[in-house]
Amino acid sequence: MSAIAYAHRIEGRDLACWRGPAPLFRHVSFEASAGEWISIRGANGTGKTTLLRCVAGLTRADEGSVIWDGQPTAADSQPYRGDLLYAGHLPGIKDDLSAEENIEGALRLRGRAPSAQAVRAALAEVGLEKRRHLPARRLSAGQRRRIALARLALDTATLWLLDEPLTALDDDGQALFTRLLRNHVDRGGIALVATHQALAYPATREMRLGA
Amino acid sequence: MSATAIAAASVPATGSFATGFAWALRRDLTLAWRHPGETILVVAFFVLVASLFPLGIGAEPQLLARIGPGVIWVCALLAAFLSLPSLLAGDYADGSLEQMTLSPHPMSGWICGKVAAHWVASGLPLTMLAPLIGLQYGLSPDTLLALCAALAIGTPVLSLLGAACTALTLGARGGGMLLALLALPLFVPILVFGAGAAEAQATGLSPSPHLSILGAGLILAAVGLPPAICTAIRIALD
Repeated sequence: MSAIAYAHRIEGRDLACWRGPAPLFRHVSFEASAGEWISIRGANGTGKTTLLRCVAGLTRADEGSVIWDGQPTAADSQPYRGDLLYAGHLPGIKDDLSAEENIEGALRLRGRAPSAQAVRAALAEVGLEKRRHLPARRLSAGQRRRIALARLALDTATLWLLDEPLTALDDDGQALFTRLLRNHVDRGGIALVATHQALAYPATREMRLGA
Repeated sequence: MSATAIAAASVPATGSFATGFAWALRRDLTLAWRHPGETILVVAFFVLVASLFPLGIGAEPQLLARIGPGVIWVCALLAAFLSLPSLLAGDYADGSLEQMTLSPHPMSGWICGKVAAHWVASGLPLTMLAPLIGLQYGLSPDTLLALCAALAIGTPVLSLLGAACTALTLGARGGGMLLALLALPLFVPILVFGAGAAEAQATGLSPSPHLSILGAGLILAAVGLPPAICTAIRIALD
């Protein structure tokens, strides 16, 4: 198993986001180093998704900053984006492409060039090997989620930002996700996961929004 | 065997303009190939509407030759406009745009790739069909050539301008109407100089001043619009 060579570290300092006049969240700070994962909990509408989007750099935080390896991410986000894998509510899966093509495309976009065997092995691991040539529109919601899992298995990004990764997954899929997360963290990866369920793999820290 | 073990050693992914461009071009052309209805619709619209004019006006060769270049340009412009919604809206709706924005490639790379793919799937077929349509209007071979050259330079500008306008309307309700209000006025200069090139040729003048202005417009659009499209996409995703 390849270890992530350099010990990375992410830090959020005093982040705040407003929705109109009302604050969605305020004074949110967190930090995670290599080999740690943070579970982000909170009721619906407390800003879990917005927080993850702020950390990813999709949404601009109204206050505070995100620091990656000592550098604020807003200044030059391109190297940071190379280390980052964000999986939000929208899967980013094209209906006209097969599972295999979707994964290959997603990885190439991230600057990785996976071998055909690696993609096949990852699809086998998530149980889509027989359906890998079907257009994604023929797959069920859970199977489409499994495409995202195969992507997690293949991408070597250091920082995972996952928004409700367990939605639509069955027990088997949830166990698979837990295994992938554990592998990632054991390799020295970092993960921020917004979730409502408790995973079999306990988080290093838990963050509560809206408390 | 665990898939993580197969994955290569962790190196931070690096991106470049060229790889982002190639990625987007390849992907969008594959999608256009899988879903050819969109391109066929654009081409069919162009051919049908441009063929209606001779039928409606009747067999008056001089009048048809006079209005031909202008009508063909207007039809090409409307056909190009029809193909705009698919340029970014689908990727916005299914989350692909988020993933592209978060990729290590510079945004302008994949945006230019997408625009290039859009042009290959809409502007290029229109340019290639224009001489056939021009025959219906009895245009001379020289005029047809000038018309084709003007379309070849002008339609990429339409794709670039259209991309900027669709990026601005992403996520807006009633985006279709808004898009028409935004994009069609911006297309006017292209129409004026594009149709002007063929008309100049038809009246015995040189089309090259018009073509030069179109070329300058293309360079200006290719340099100036991608950063604007980036900003519009960032705002839409925020």
